[in-house]
Amino acid sequence: MTPRPANDAKAEPLAAPAGPPRDPSRSFQDMILTLHDFWSAAGCVVLQPYDMRMGAGTFHTATTLRALGPEPWNAAFVQPCRRPTDGRYGENPNRLQHYYQYQVILKPSPADIQDLYLGSLRAIGIDPLRHDIRFVEDDWESPTLGAWGLGWEVWCDGMEVTQFTYFQQMGGFDCKPVAGELTYGLERLAMYIQGVDSVYDLAFNQHGVSYGEVFLENEKQMSKWNFEVAETDALFDLFTKAEAECRNALSHGVPIAAYEQAVEASHIFNLLQARGVISVQERASYMGRVRDLARSSCEEYAKAMAPEWEAKFPGWSLV
Amino acid sequence: MADFLLELTAEEIPARMQAGARTELEKLFRRELDVAGIACGNMTVFSTPRRLALIARGLPLETDAVREEAKGPPVGAPDQAVDGFCRKNGVNRDQLEEREVKGRATWFAVKDVPGQAVADLLAAAIIAIIRDFSWPKSMRWGEASFSPESLKWVRPLTGIVALLDGEVVPVVLDGIASGRETVGHRFHHSGAVSIADADTYASALRDAHVIVDHEERAGIIREAARKAARAAGLSVLEDEGLVVENAGLTEWPVPLLGRFDEAFLDVPSEVIQLTARVNQKYFVCEESGLDGTRLANAFICTANIAPSDPAVVVDGNRKVLAARLADARFFWELDQKKTLAQHGKGLERITFHEKLGTVADKVDRVAKLARWLVEEGIVKPTSARHEPVDGPSFTSIHGAKEKNSASTNSARAVEDLADLAEQAARLCKADLVTEMVGEFPKLQGLMGGYYAEKEGLPREVSDAIRDHYKPVGQGDEVPTAPVTVAVSLADKLDTLIGFFAIDEKPTGSTDPFALRRAALSVIRSIQRNYLRLDLHSAVLQLILDIGWRPISTLIKEDAQFREFMDGLWPEFPTNPGSGVLEARGKALLNSNPKMQPLLSRLFGGTVHKSGMVFDGSLKKVDDLLDFFADRLKVQQREAGVRHDLIDAVFALGGEDDLVRLLARVKALQSFIETENGTNLLAGYKRAANILKKERYDASIETITPAQAGVQGATSEMDSGLRRNDEGADRSDDLPLTGEEDPLALAGKPEFDDTFRANQTDPAGLSYTPEPSETALTDALSAAEPKAAAAIEAEDFEAAMAALASLRATVDRFFDNVTVNDPQADKRSARLALLARFRDAVHRVADFSRIEG
Repeated sequence: MTPRPANDAKAEPLAAPAGPPRDPSRSFQDMILTLHDFWSAAGCVVLQPYDMRMGAGTFHTATTLRALGPEPWNAAFVQPCRRPTDGRYGENPNRLQHYYQYQVILKPSPADIQDLYLGSLRAIGIDPLRHDIRFVEDDWESPTLGAWGLGWEVWCDGMEVTQFTYFQQMGGFDCKPVAGELTYGLERLAMYIQGVDSVYDLAFNQHGVSYGEVFLENEKQMSKWNFEVAETDALFDLFTKAEAECRNALSHGVPIAAYEQAVEASHIFNLLQARGVISVQERASYMGRVRDLARSSCEEYAKAMAPEWEAKFPGWSLV
Repeated sequence: MADFLLELTAEEIPARMQAGARTELEKLFRRELDVAGIACGNMTVFSTPRRLALIARGLPLETDAVREEAKGPPVGAPDQAVDGFCRKNGVNRDQLEEREVKGRATWFAVKDVPGQAVADLLAAAIIAIIRDFSWPKSMRWGEASFSPESLKWVRPLTGIVALLDGEVVPVVLDGIASGRETVGHRFHHSGAVSIADADTYASALRDAHVIVDHEERAGIIREAARKAARAAGLSVLEDEGLVVENAGLTEWPVPLLGRFDEAFLDVPSEVIQLTARVNQKYFVCEESGLDGTRLANAFICTANIAPSDPAVVVDGNRKVLAARLADARFFWELDQKKTLAQHGKGLERITFHEKLGTVADKVDRVAKLARWLVEEGIVKPTSARHEPVDGPSFTSIHGAKEKNSASTNSARAVEDLADLAEQAARLCKADLVTEMVGEFPKLQGLMGGYYAEKEGLPREVSDAIRDHYKPVGQGDEVPTAPVTVAVSLADKLDTLIGFFAIDEKPTGSTDPFALRRAALSVIRSIQRNYLRLDLHSAVLQLILDIGWRPISTLIKEDAQFREFMDGLWPEFPTNPGSGVLEARGKALLNSNPKMQPLLSRLFGGTVHKSGMVFDGSLKKVDDLLDFFADRLKVQQREAGVRHDLIDAVFALGGEDDLVRLLARVKALQSFIETENGTNLLAGYKRAANILKKERYDASIETITPAQAGVQGATSEMDSGLRRNDEGADRSDDLPLTGEEDPLALAGKPEFDDTFRANQTDPAGLSYTPEPSETALTDALSAAEPKAAAAIEAEDFEAAMAALASLRATVDRFFDNVTVNDPQADKRSARLALLARFRDAVHRVADFSRIEG
């Protein structure tokens, strides 16, 4: 890149440097940008990732909380996912403790949602007459969020590339209307499109930077921390504090803040699991505690918003 | 006559639900036709992932006109009544007709209801069908789901094609309007497909790359998969379930063969097959070599497109399978870094049931019971030599008893078998904590077997670990290898007894712990292996062990209690009548009265310092035996045995040996259909009726086991599987008192005198009997010991033959003798004779339960 001339306040803004045209089949980031373009054109709000550690894109408030209530909501975003127990010290070509999901949420689910989705696959270079695309039954349930939905896992030549779910309930409430959620597994999709066997061999961009160069060292160090180093007393302490803070926030009528603490508690619990300090019996109890926090937060959020929703949408009611 | 086509399109319908949906569609359509009074010829239903279709042939275009008449008030009735009648029937007063009814002028409303257009009726039917459609799981979607009352379906419903005689039947439901346009293949066809009529439906879709007939698709998959395998010099491992599943996942199926890395073949073939099948829905192939057939490194996936380059699709699928197999191999290798015994330690952390302890606790019980089954001689060192119970040679089983008691197996062989059974039992659940079984729970047992083999454990042990869950389903084979039989039986008995002990019995339709299946497995194993298992002892054995475990955790390390239980262990279960429990319980209570609640809980009944009454635990034993009896009845009924014959045998009670019980049922079944059987039954009924009429014996339904020819006595009759405490074996050791069941002792020379003394003595009569009367007395005296001896030898056919010999004599008795003689002594003696005849018959079966 050419260095920006100094002290030239009046200079024209720099034009984007000319580079190779966008190519989702040769660059991880181009694939993401293509999906952004596609869903942006489809009317979605393109969000940035939630700035917290979470296990799945579904935990993003743009999905969970926004799935509640009658207001239309269309959003697309990348969400980094943290799964401490999936770390393999950078030695397994398919498993990572940190990876990306691409999430699209469309509420109410449009009648042509499947066609839209297939259009997005075409946009990133998957030709459905060259590759065998299938919608295979796969229902989703998250007791933690008091949520469930029906849908499919989408197969591309036998590989699951997307979770496709029609949310029926969230936080214990019926979704009225129902939202359609698409979750693309970005790395595996990119590996497939780029034809590489190891995630670390993915081209991150078209300028020779690989996924491994960006993330391999992170995987090594974070795996070690997750499994061996993290101070467990501190983690237990953090869990208790997040739990208490969630309750505190709930008691003060700020359920979004409470929800963040529930997400935090959930991740701390995952770290404790990776450290192997939670016994089988305790496990159920911890999960129950996290579930209580998440559900209470969703519930309080829905209840707090209900008067506004009911006023805006006559005839609609929360329960 | 017209043909009707209904097609409901939807987003991808789960493959596993399609067969049910076809049935549902046909059922609902027939229901609607019935309601509307429309006749219909044949009906066909189809499904693909994206549509359900029904073609009904031979429908009328209009229903028949009908004339409806209603009788009203008499002529001259108050106006109010007549007006009301008119309103109710929707007619004017001048439309009423006057008719004569029983000589009285009466108003009649007569309406001609014209025929209705079938199209209109179908329109209503379609709405009802869609709304009432029952799916295993359904959902709401789209704009309409703003309201909670919106349509619920398996996945979003996208369109309705409804054509009667080629004309659209107009319907609108939740914003979806019917028409003649449908969708073709998702990728091979763009735009709508217009359907002319029912006849051209399938061909129009075929042109749009959709094969609408699910069976045709299944056929294509079956054939193309075979062909692809043949072309590669292999054969497909046939899997009809997978064929149907793939047919439910495709509209245009194209099976493609691919290869995976040969190195993966180190992993057990079942693992490869399961990985390919469950996760990927692929077929696997076999190849024949010099050493038989083995799994080949090939898979067949079924694409839903005719791909522009098949190699691309195959390669993609290969990569996915390779990643899966790599995981499987990783687990396979990782699991082998520990021995099964080491894995087994992990079972201490897994709860079997909160009241029954951990899986490790269960394993310990199973190991003890497996050893006991061998040491008791129930499971013998040689595998079953007999035909299965339902086999042809079953009726000649009377040699079995001798074989049973004869010590054909040396003590050494028994001890070796007991060791192997215990070893296998201790390892049989260890694979539950391996990675592989964690990934594929279905492989439980199988993986344990493989790991045991790899560890170099004895073959019998690895086989037993592998097969101890069997038989699982109805068609599943029943183990016959002695070690496996012991472990399998012990495992299931432990489960049954455990859950009965904590009152978790199946109720109605709920059976969360699959106890019915476990009981049936036990029954099948007993039948197949010809096990002479005294269920009562086995059950008591386990109740003791299970009962004391939860208690022992309560009392922690109470040495005194442990000593008490340990003292009971070797003696009590095999010799329950010896008073060991009572004596030791009394001693324990004397030294430590605090033990009372624990003992009460253990034995369920009241425990007194003066002595122990453990009827509570016995109640549970009885419940379980009743449960076995019920399962056995169900099984026999399903096998086609007449339920009344089953009841006739089960009503005898006092029997806890399944093999003997079934022998009786079997013999009765073949006997009752012979002429002798029919006649004997007729004679029996006649005798029983007279006895009933004369109230000679009010308790005609009650037959004591002694009368029934079963050794031993219990007064309870509701189960066919009761314990007999004083078995024939044991009576050998006891002096005869003359009080014994005469039949149990029939044939023993030292008992002959007693036996004869008990017979009705004709000389003792106060009158001269009729010749036919004497004949019957003599015939009974001849037949009874024969029948009794045959029953003792478990030759029930012979017992029945002995009874059948009475037939002619009985008939003559009825022909020539007046039972109801005015002379009281004659009457009572003759009734006694009939009762004796009836009781003799009851020794074989309770004929009063037999129909006909």
